[in-house]
Amino acid sequence: MAAPLGTGAFTEETGRDKQAAQPEPGAEPKGKYPGLGLRPGGAEFLMRRLQKGQKYFDSGDYNMAKAKMKNKQLPSAGPDKNLVTGDHIPTPQDLPQRKSSLVTSKLAGVCWNVALPSGGSCILLGHFLRGS
Amino acid sequence: MAVVARAGGDGGGSSSEVQWCFLQVKGAIDEDVAEADIISTVEFNYTGDLLATGDKGGRVVIFQREQETKSRPLSRGEYNVYSTFQSHEPEFDYLKSLEIEEKINKIRWLPQQNAAHFLLSTNDKTIKLWKISERDKRAEGYNLKDEDGRLREPFRVTELRVPTLKPMDLMVEASPRRTFANAHTYHINSISVNSDYATYLSADDLRINLWHLEVTNRSFNIVDIKPANMEELTEVITAAEFHPHHCNVFVYSSSKGTIRLCDMRSAALCDQHSKFFEEPEDPSSRSFFSEIISSISDVKFSHSGRYMMTRDYLSVKVWDINMENRPVETYQVHEYLRSKLCSLYENDCIFDKFECCWNGSDSTIMTGSYNNFFRTFERNMPRDTTLEASRESSKPRAILKPRKVCTTGKRKKDEITVDSLDFNKKILHTAWHPMENIIAVAATNNLYLFQEKVN
Repeated sequence: MAAPLGTGAFTEETGRDKQAAQPEPGAEPKGKYPGLGLRPGGAEFLMRRLQKGQKYFDSGDYNMAKAKMKNKQLPSAGPDKNLVTGDHIPTPQDLPQRKSSLVTSKLAGVCWNVALPSGGSCILLGHFLRGS
Repeated sequence: MAVVARAGGDGGGSSSEVQWCFLQVKGAIDEDVAEADIISTVEFNYTGDLLATGDKGGRVVIFQREQETKSRPLSRGEYNVYSTFQSHEPEFDYLKSLEIEEKINKIRWLPQQNAAHFLLSTNDKTIKLWKISERDKRAEGYNLKDEDGRLREPFRVTELRVPTLKPMDLMVEASPRRTFANAHTYHINSISVNSDYATYLSADDLRINLWHLEVTNRSFNIVDIKPANMEELTEVITAAEFHPHHCNVFVYSSSKGTIRLCDMRSAALCDQHSKFFEEPEDPSSRSFFSEIISSISDVKFSHSGRYMMTRDYLSVKVWDINMENRPVETYQVHEYLRSKLCSLYENDCIFDKFECCWNGSDSTIMTGSYNNFFRTFERNMPRDTTLEASRESSKPRAILKPRKVCTTGKRKKDEITVDSLDFNKKILHTAWHPMENIIAVAATNNLYLFQEKVN
């Protein structure tokens, strides 16, 4: 009978138990990876993958937290910004910075970038730029 | 590291081994790499004269191959900057509270049909068609306006003249011609131009859409694997590509290591595949991570259209599209990592998406690995080589020395042990010139170009 995956257990004869104390490389105890479950490719795993980067704001939570914080000092944002943001009151310092003015890629080296009315851009390739 | 299984194949490459030498490296040398500078896609155009790169900052840089001239014989084959532009900008989806990254996921060139060049570039949500055109002439001698554009006084216009074209400094203009937006709920992972040169597909985690290059307000959904109940979700789409010759055929790969080939003639919605490619699992190598490492990160048809290649975490497989039950060739990229899967899971490296590519004659395939290593596999021999993209071996025309990873206890000189591999230096994106032995290798924020040694 095959051992259930992920438990590191062996059901071979007792004589081999001592040798089998070293777990197989792939059969990790389930407790080490609680998020994985028995099937690493399962639905929760995929759904987490599809929703990567999403931050939710709930105005109800925000107002509740604001009411709670009325008499106390405002806490600063913790490192875990991915969870619901209603529990702490964001300050301007906490908000992620919008990307500042965009810079030419370093792969392009030095070149003059000109914005065009059509919405595009062009670079001027003079004789001093060719070959750089 | 050698071929595990072979059941016939194509390829007619030369019998002598290709020796690679350094051609150029692009990008900054500083240790501190800004996230925006990380290269996220590399693609040659159909002639190989142009090489496009996209980065995490949403920028596209196009290099052009220098023509051989008598005055600069040594610069033959060098790629220099031709055009650069900001393709995508960061956006925020207010409805879903989602940041939309400007990272360029894929660039695909259109075949050239006139003097201008066209390419498609995509981020997670929006595909754009860019036109890159040259301007080296300027009209002079207008009747109604001066050279600096000011309108001339009407009474000063005493005669009629024909404006003439005068040469000017070459200007390369990049302008967005079409924006294909709002068709993907999930993150776009692939785009592929059809051989009809009129349509293209875009694929996200659960759906594939078909677009016409001229139409931006409508696209057709051709594959939808979203289950009615999301709790039943078992796999996602990881890559998709059109067949190079049959405009009705495309393939898509999944996170479960399967490939489905679809024929658009059979139905409007290609949820039913025409062919299903899956290799039966080897029970002896089954592990806790089997499903994760079987996820296919890239699928590419051979130029001939007879084969397709898939890349999963540890290997590259070549499939004959006429045989669905197993690949015809399997190449181990870095089998020594199989015993390290736990730590690679912990540092997220197990989710790295490596790409793969064919050479022009389909005789050799290439893919990246860690420590800035990349591997080439010559199918006919079979022969495999490990090379490194590093600043140390970046002297002009320096021949690249093959590298070797030590898998046993005894490390020979010049070998590197598995534990000293730098897993932050990953080569995910490589490209091979469509006709010649010139390869482009993206190493984080640097682009390396290597060329076959010519005597």
